Amino acid sequence: MSTQALPATTAAANTETHQYRHKSQRWQNARGYLGLALLIIWGLAPFYWMVVTAFRDVDYTFDTTPWPTHVTMQNFQAAFSTSTGNHFGRALVNSVIIGISTTTIAMLVGVFAAYALARLDFPGKFLILGAILGASMFPGVALVSPLFQLFSNIGWLNGANYQALIIPNISFVLPLTVYTLTAFFSEMPWELEESARMDGCTQGQAFRKIMLPLAAPGLFTTAILAFISSWNEYLLSQQFSTNITQPVTVAIAQFTGALPRQEPYTTVMAAGTIVTVPLIIMVLLFQRAIVSGLTAGGVKG
Amino acid sequence: MSTTATQTAPPTRSRKRGPKSLNAGQGRRGVLLVTPTLILLAVVIMYPLVRAVIMSFQKDSGLDPATGMFSEGGFAGTQNYQHWLLQQCAAAGGTTQPCPPGTLGSQFYDALFVTLFFTVVTVFFEIGLGLWFATIMNRTFKGRGLVRAAILIPWAIPTAVTAKLWFFIFAYEGIANKLLGGVGIKPLLWTGDAWPARFAVIIADVWKTTPFMALLILAGLQLISSDVYEAAQIDGASKWQTFTRITLPLIKVPLMVAILFRTLDVLRIYDLPAILTNGGGGSGHATTTLSILVINQIRAGFNSASALSTLVFLLIAFVAFIFVRFLGADVVQRPPGKEAAKRRWFRRQPVAAEGE
Amino acid sequence: MAHRRTTRRALTALVGVAALSFTAACGGGGSNTSSSSGGSQQGADSRGPITFVTGKDNSGVWPPTIDKWNKAHPNEKVTLKEQSDNADQQHDDIVQHMQAKDASYDIVTVDVIWTPEFAAKGWLVPLEGKFALDTSKLLKAPVTAATYNGKLYAAPFASDGGMLYYRKDLVPNPPKTLDEMWKMCDIAKKNNMDCYAGQFAKYEGLTVNATEAINTFGGKVVDDKGKAAVDSPEARKGLQMLADHYKNGDIPKQGITYQEEQGRQSFEAGKLLFLRNWPYVYSLASTEASSKVKGKFAVAPLPGVSGPGASTLGGHSEAISVYSKHKATAFDFLKFIEEDAQQKFFMEKGSLAPVVEAIYSDPALVKKAPYLPTLLTSIQNAVPRPVTPFYPSVTKAIQDNSYAAMKGEKSVDQAVKDMQSAIQSASQG
Repeated sequence: MSTQALPATTAAANTETHQYRHKSQRWQNARGYLGLALLIIWGLAPFYWMVVTAFRDVDYTFDTTPWPTHVTMQNFQAAFSTSTGNHFGRALVNSVIIGISTTTIAMLVGVFAAYALARLDFPGKFLILGAILGASMFPGVALVSPLFQLFSNIGWLNGANYQALIIPNISFVLPLTVYTLTAFFSEMPWELEESARMDGCTQGQAFRKIMLPLAAPGLFTTAILAFISSWNEYLLSQQFSTNITQPVTVAIAQFTGALPRQEPYTTVMAAGTIVTVPLIIMVLLFQRAIVSGLTAGGVKG
Repeated sequence: MSTTATQTAPPTRSRKRGPKSLNAGQGRRGVLLVTPTLILLAVVIMYPLVRAVIMSFQKDSGLDPATGMFSEGGFAGTQNYQHWLLQQCAAAGGTTQPCPPGTLGSQFYDALFVTLFFTVVTVFFEIGLGLWFATIMNRTFKGRGLVRAAILIPWAIPTAVTAKLWFFIFAYEGIANKLLGGVGIKPLLWTGDAWPARFAVIIADVWKTTPFMALLILAGLQLISSDVYEAAQIDGASKWQTFTRITLPLIKVPLMVAILFRTLDVLRIYDLPAILTNGGGGSGHATTTLSILVINQIRAGFNSASALSTLVFLLIAFVAFIFVRFLGADVVQRPPGKEAAKRRWFRRQPVAAEGE
Repeated sequence: MAHRRTTRRALTALVGVAALSFTAACGGGGSNTSSSSGGSQQGADSRGPITFVTGKDNSGVWPPTIDKWNKAHPNEKVTLKEQSDNADQQHDDIVQHMQAKDASYDIVTVDVIWTPEFAAKGWLVPLEGKFALDTSKLLKAPVTAATYNGKLYAAPFASDGGMLYYRKDLVPNPPKTLDEMWKMCDIAKKNNMDCYAGQFAKYEGLTVNATEAINTFGGKVVDDKGKAAVDSPEARKGLQMLADHYKNGDIPKQGITYQEEQGRQSFEAGKLLFLRNWPYVYSLASTEASSKVKGKFAVAPLPGVSGPGASTLGGHSEAISVYSKHKATAFDFLKFIEEDAQQKFFMEKGSLAPVVEAIYSDPALVKKAPYLPTLLTSIQNAVPRPVTPFYPSVTKAIQDNSYAAMKGEKSVDQAVKDMQSAIQSASQG
């Protein structure tokens, strides 16, 4: 199906007969694999170092042997230990709750807005587009104080008020969500929607049944972007979370060494490793959905 | 406000075209559909923004010499803005003086330069690497799922952890210098000297956010029908021609969205330089970005910080304007009709012609 | 071309939004700095449950302490609220809660450098009258650091001071003066080691080290009234010493990237002859498996011009929020943590330097932590960092200018002048 996605594809089963084509194909193959190798090193080398450090005995924190030495699990135990008041396990659950809520709501709200912006005409459209873009221009650090007072006044800063974290997160990812989706929606072959409507679908039905499935890669990509930004959010969470709602980013920042001024690098790296793994799994699960799209869809040919 | 609304009404040309004319109630529906977005943004972004603008015209509280307590500063006019833009710092007797080195005010233009420098360099590298990664991710080969996951790892690690990780890597006795030593390069003061410190931030940021770029570009690549490439291949277009004449125009919109948002992000960069170098390096502030300046100033006086935040906002708005106006990050105004889609879809003809 | 026109419209619209905010600005108003401390007497006699706020409790000293209190005072229970491990974030967190007049922060733990700022903002209850605290048994420096405008605003909880870690296998008699120490750098050279490091990366640690140098030579950053006073020959001498010895390599070139942990790492790896650091290094360097200096090092007071040098004071105090509803309970809790039993426990369990002088000679504790007498000398000679409500600006002025001076990017003379005018400008508000 998608084997011909690009002419330069390394593994594309291109059965051109010309000899020189064969040669260049093999050369391209080699180059492709080299690129692949570089790319994997690029992505994984610092991560590898994080994992190596995560498994290293805290006494040997500053060891620079490039392979695992003084291997121990104690950093992972330390990360999950609740004896010093850390609740990393709970924080992981919190981050998942916050991430999923943020992504779901932002996608729902964002799809509506993007559809309207890409497909409908109404007064004030450009004002709205400008305002949405403008929302990602203000330095995030300057939002903290006013919001803190607002949330404090309405009593959101104690107990299990997850909305104090979810609502700001949604607003942070919304501009990107709306713009990305608008871009995808406006690039899609809407003539399909029109023909569906000729066949008697309403605009809503046509959108749901025909266009949404086609937009799936864009939607999944956007959802992953939204989830990861929420997963990474730190600045506001650190101010607005309580002992109950604390997400992982805040929990990690609170790791300490056994003594004041001692920096618990190894525990932080262990925690970083733990936090990264669920996302890798998520990407592995969804990667088929991220990359399906038109090549597999109904518009081909 | 009403005048702007009328001004910004979309061209009547597109209103008459396409499926829209089939539907009379779409104006109301459109407004209805964007309302939730606007409400959320109003609460979390507009409210603080408006407040910041209000505060920026107030003086910071000053110390009452009689009581030793802070008292409110009162209306400041544009004094806070002059402080930053004209480098006017307070001097004895209520007069002003040029900001002495070591004050936050004196670092405004340096921070502006550093921020713009970070933006240009990181976005440049991210585009290049992002395109390359996306092309690879778009291919079919065994284990591509794993490769995709590998590419996304940097982005999945929370920034706070990333910064610590790189801080650790770039320590003088850290692994970066050790590896450099392995190839005969003298150890660098990664967090001490101006340019190594800047590049430490850039390397970390590019490493972290290229996946974002790559993912958005990949989603754009997915929208390109393979027919287009087959046709180009048959026409004998070279690889480069295929890329510049087909791929690039077809992914232009998602690419531009990615670039636009990355630019807006880097212009507000805070965590990485704050944790990695604490804004230091060089003569003391080589990696101080505008957002670091904002947060330092918040600790020293909220109202001047509000003025600075507003300036950053205006700067970013200006950059966004340049983008949309001259570089064609034109996601906002594509006439969403059939014609546009068609135009994009069948743009390969000229390539074929040139390929011969 | 239609693209362009509409683009411009989108941007015009954006400007419209900005203008709208501006209009709103003229209608509104208000400020969040409280100018009065009118609330300070409110709830002065009332008792009840309170919340105790502190930075991340590394060594777990608080839960047992609070349990002990709660058992004795079932109707005035204390709840622990931990903040992050990062000092800046602890500071900002307190600021946020105070600005919101949050009654749920009854006692806040303040770093010695924040007391004047919070006091001048009217957020802390002065410890006078009904709340007068007996400070006769306490060390002087921490009390001075908690005093602003002649009033005590916080109860010292733990102190801290810098000490000189040295390799006793190579240097049998620790240097008493700076001159002696720099001369001993020959020993380092002979052994292929670096000579001296402190905390010279650009962060709060640099302020600590730079003010130590300035104070040791008799200079001052600000005077008793909080006015800039750094432009003096003494301050120049202090900074010049750092710049000279950085230039000649006694302080290694990577020294300007060192925070506490990097210095400790270098010392433990046997690459450093002298290290200025806090007490925490002692137990780590003696016990860590990777330490190559176990049993080979000792501590001495920081060397000065002719005797012990002036360490910069570290540590934390506890202050009562003016917004607290149960101030009487809060005050009793402050007295409770100043008691010998608690102070000893903090030292035993968390290696937190006591603020009660007598504890430093407790034989059991000295046996466990042999550095205590040295630390006492250090704290007795300690100078608080500049006591000023404009601390964030002052520390920035010190850091930026002394960093530039050390690296030789500006002359010491210029750096001191710039420091002076930056501090002056900051306190004009």
